[in-house]
Amino acid sequence: MTVSGESAEERWVDDHAGPVVRPYAVTRGRARPVAGKFDLISLVTATRTEPGPEMGLGPEHLAIVGLCQRALSVAEVAAHLDLPVGTIRVLLGDLVARDMVRVREPYAVHGLPDDSVFEAVINGLRAL
Amino acid sequence: MDYERSERSAGSLTLPTAIKILVAGGFGVGKTTLVGAVSETRPLRTEEVLTESGVGIDDLSGVEGKNTTTVAMDFGRITISDDLVLYLFGTPGQDRFWFVWDELALGALGAVVLADTRRLADCFPSIDYFEGRGTPFVVAVNCFEGSRRYKLDEVQAALNLDPDVPVLLCDARQRQSGKEVLITLLEHAMKAREARRSG
Repeated sequence: MTVSGESAEERWVDDHAGPVVRPYAVTRGRARPVAGKFDLISLVTATRTEPGPEMGLGPEHLAIVGLCQRALSVAEVAAHLDLPVGTIRVLLGDLVARDMVRVREPYAVHGLPDDSVFEAVINGLRAL
Repeated sequence: MDYERSERSAGSLTLPTAIKILVAGGFGVGKTTLVGAVSETRPLRTEEVLTESGVGIDDLSGVEGKNTTTVAMDFGRITISDDLVLYLFGTPGQDRFWFVWDELALGALGAVVLADTRRLADCFPSIDYFEGRGTPFVVAVNCFEGSRRYKLDEVQAALNLDPDVPVLLCDARQRQSGKEVLITLLEHAMKAREARRSG
């Protein structure tokens, strides 16, 4: 663990830090993920139940692994952690690079799904 | 690394895939109400921090300047099956966020345009947007108490809609009503695809 990094974070994230500084600190100033391109509805699933000791991961990374024991969208992860989507994308990139989560791109990436998907959604909605 | 890979949590071998439907319309027309009525949990809110240029959604460099703005989107989830999850996204209302709409509309199965007959013009920009983009949509007239009940063909004429676009009444608070709106949209979207294929 980077102790100096943590104390730097504590210095930044105080009551006056506001909504922008915290995301900036969580990603240690990085604006783009090291791996992956994450759509709002890309589904994230943890590859393990216990994150274990990992170098350079913060509490937010571990929280994502905890949340994604069942598949959650990038948007859901952001909402649950109360962080902007851009910040979550950076954190997810770290986790993908460590093979700690897997990401399923939505149908949107490969064009619209075929009729069977539409029919499945209609039937699913009727059954609600 | 191989040891770690074998440590996968149960059920993660078949990852589900997500799809989305947009819910658009003027401010206060009931978008989030509709999303909440049909979703399995209360609506969630997600935020994107944007730079003023609008292009650099993820560009936080120089963040200490004041040129950032936050766009909030309300959304909900309906788990259709083990391998299919549907998300409903309320579009951010402000017209200056069209580029966020572009991201949202990419790959969407279709859109619901919610209309309030007391402020019908509020949904014009949404209709123009989806028409221009070729995104299938329906117009759902949210029946507010105290609003005059218009005939659906009156609404269709007032909005100058293509006759193929379904217009229906709904109560955004009611799950059953919201489900009917979504099913109407999906059936319309399938027909539109069929027409495009054969035409």
